[in-house]
Amino acid sequence: MRMIKAALYASISLGVCVASPATAQESPIAFTGATIHTMNGSSGTGTIEGGILIVHEGRIVAVGGPDTAIPGGAEVRDATGLVIMPGIVDTHSHIGQVSGADQSAAIQPDVRALDSINVRDSSIPRARSGGVTTANIMPGSGWLMSGQTFYMHLTDGNSIEAMAHLSADGSILGGMKMANGTNPIRDNPAFPSTRARSAAMVRSHFVAAQEYCGGDRRPRDIGMDAMCEVLEGDRLVHFHTHRSDDIMTALRLREEFGFDMLIQHGIESGRVASEIAAAGVPVSAILVDSPGGKLEAMEASLETAATLEAAGVFLSLHSDDNIIDSRMMFRHAGMAVRGGMSRDGALRALTINGAVQLGLEDRVGSLEPGKYADFLLLDGDPLSVYTDLLETWVLGELLFDRDDPDDLLQATGGHGAGNPQATTHVLEREAHMLEGAR
Amino acid sequence: MKTLVKTLAAGLAVALLSSTAMAQDIAVRGGQVWTMGPQGVIEDGVVVIEDGRIIAVGPASEITIPQGVQVLQAPIVTPGLVDAHSTVGLTGYLNQPDDQDQLDDSAPVQPHLRAIDAYNPHDRLVQWVRELGVTTLHTGHGPGALVSGQTMVVKTRGNTVDAALVEDGTMIAANLGAWALDQDSSPGTRAKQMAMLRQALVAAQGGADPEEDHLGPGERDEDNPGRRDLVEEAFAQVLAGETPLMITANRMQDMQSALRLAEEFGFTVIIDGAADAHLMLDELREAGVSIILHPTMARNEGELENAAFTTAAVLAEAGILFALQSGYEAYVPKTRVVLWEAGFAAGNGLTPQDALASVTIDAARIIGMDDRIGSLEVGKDGDLAMFDGDPFEYTSHATGVVIEGEVVSTAVR
Repeated sequence: MRMIKAALYASISLGVCVASPATAQESPIAFTGATIHTMNGSSGTGTIEGGILIVHEGRIVAVGGPDTAIPGGAEVRDATGLVIMPGIVDTHSHIGQVSGADQSAAIQPDVRALDSINVRDSSIPRARSGGVTTANIMPGSGWLMSGQTFYMHLTDGNSIEAMAHLSADGSILGGMKMANGTNPIRDNPAFPSTRARSAAMVRSHFVAAQEYCGGDRRPRDIGMDAMCEVLEGDRLVHFHTHRSDDIMTALRLREEFGFDMLIQHGIESGRVASEIAAAGVPVSAILVDSPGGKLEAMEASLETAATLEAAGVFLSLHSDDNIIDSRMMFRHAGMAVRGGMSRDGALRALTINGAVQLGLEDRVGSLEPGKYADFLLLDGDPLSVYTDLLETWVLGELLFDRDDPDDLLQATGGHGAGNPQATTHVLEREAHMLEGAR
Repeated sequence: MKTLVKTLAAGLAVALLSSTAMAQDIAVRGGQVWTMGPQGVIEDGVVVIEDGRIIAVGPASEITIPQGVQVLQAPIVTPGLVDAHSTVGLTGYLNQPDDQDQLDDSAPVQPHLRAIDAYNPHDRLVQWVRELGVTTLHTGHGPGALVSGQTMVVKTRGNTVDAALVEDGTMIAANLGAWALDQDSSPGTRAKQMAMLRQALVAAQGGADPEEDHLGPGERDEDNPGRRDLVEEAFAQVLAGETPLMITANRMQDMQSALRLAEEFGFTVIIDGAADAHLMLDELREAGVSIILHPTMARNEGELENAAFTTAAVLAEAGILFALQSGYEAYVPKTRVVLWEAGFAAGNGLTPQDALASVTIDAARIIGMDDRIGSLEVGKDGDLAMFDGDPFEYTSHATGVVIEGEVVSTAVR
């Protein structure tokens, strides 16, 4: 169902449902001479040497080799020696001071992350300074179901609506956060105290949802409405699960109720990589610097991403910001390679794979004509510690510029970096507009 | 700072027996040997270790490897890494209430808690950091209390703490600022933190009790020899200049309080954390204080709101002696790894040479161990790490680790 919708979206709605490119640059910009990792195609990085990327009105209009025609009137930027690649799609993040469910119940599908996010929080420009241009913003994992997630487009918008990935019908896109294992097990009568009880509560809720969704859906229940989207394949379940037996439980629940699922974290997913691959379920993985910190992370390994890749599991990498800072996503990919993952696979896991997992591959994740002009300029190998991210462009706008001291502060930290600064660009733009009006 | 004499006095038999039993003769050849000593970087170099000590370092063309000695090879060879401040071995990796021994919260001032009484050499994180090249840990009590206890220096090997121990009671860990405040009790404010520390130090000076006014720091009343106070004894070591007070302080005001305290009582202070160090470089340089900087990748929130990835580079530029640390982690990951913290600093403006110094020779200097570890020089411990490429690149691997001539890891990490 999601795929059909995505195809429909691609055919009828490009340029329709996105109002924000109106604010983007008016004449085309061509970046020339760069090593461009387009991430196009079903494997590899689609790399073009001496490549040209042309963007206009928030979209990519052309990407190709040195012979690519540059339209008259285009601003040409020499990017010789630089690397251009798509913006990072972070499939699991908690930026924007997000919250979700409260303590009243273990299952709260009615709650939406989008209603809690502070778009002026400094974590958002900080994430952009690390190259993140799309993020799945999640409520917490201390619930069996903690609410609806939000697919944020890291524009310089001043509202959730301006920073949302929208569906063809204009609704705000996101998934559903679920969790099992120890985090939802709590000393609270509304919560489970064992794994079996956790699964039973979830199953009961899905059975009730099947009844509601198969009926006349009256009286209307907004939580159940969201459950219907889950059951109908329109809302992806982001399933926080670590231990291999908990992962198998999540797969079992998915099998019983038929929802689309993305395994989130999957610290022990390497142990059941073949089972995950056989189920055709993708994984959004995290690699941490040492094992432990909690019982479910005691088997954490840098080799997990490599194991999943070898088993044929479709894989992305996420920050879980602030477990890993959003500015360390390139490092994250580098650590995956250290653990044995292919370089191409690691770069795909930062970009196109996450886009596909979130159902946003028609607009982000690779550099193809028609997609959003969300891209990064780097001064070297993305997986090298010595490489700096120079620029982050979102919808054709330069939103992180390492040469700008305010932006650099976000990239490196320092005095004042913790203050809300997300408005900087907005205020500057407003000032610029006022100036223009005078 | 105390010398090895103290360690030897405490555990002479154990230390000597264990090192003799484990010592190996070994030679390590590196495409590049980063000695961190006067010899700098040696292309195609060799390090020869005999009875656990380095007996030769130099170009392969000039060094004769003794017959029959095992020879290891790697593209890059460095000194064994030195983690200038950790809680590994006390903070168990499972992070359960009964494996967290870095902090006792029954009282705010407990300088008499010894690290040797809480160290688990079999905790998995000891092996984890060892396999990534860390051979020496300055570990012990963590932040979170005004004075949480003592630290020690261990090698990342050994079946018992005695076998791992290099020096007991290396520093006493103190903490100024929000992490060590207790809203329900004392200290509940920053001013109270300073008042309590000053009072404790005054007591150790003997100035609090008129009966003991004639006694100097650490001296005992011979008419009343039975009375011992382990707290006062520990502070007396600080006042006598034998044991530095390592004060974790991240905000500028807390760092300034630490300096004010050290000035008043004349003890050696090491500033740990130091997130705001970039705001007071001149003051730190003038104070001549050494810094054990927060992990480069520490989360910049709360006390570390102003932390910057570039602070290590800024300190190096300012000529202030600093080392990097893994620090204390309350959650996931349960420890950081100084190899990677130094790498991230190298990616943020610190030269690779200075980055390696911050986790080898400079770390050794700050913990008072540079006569034994931190560089590959004749006479020093045979501790080294091997890498298959630039140690600081994410995609390189540690391929072997040697402690006092013993190959303690050949894992590829």
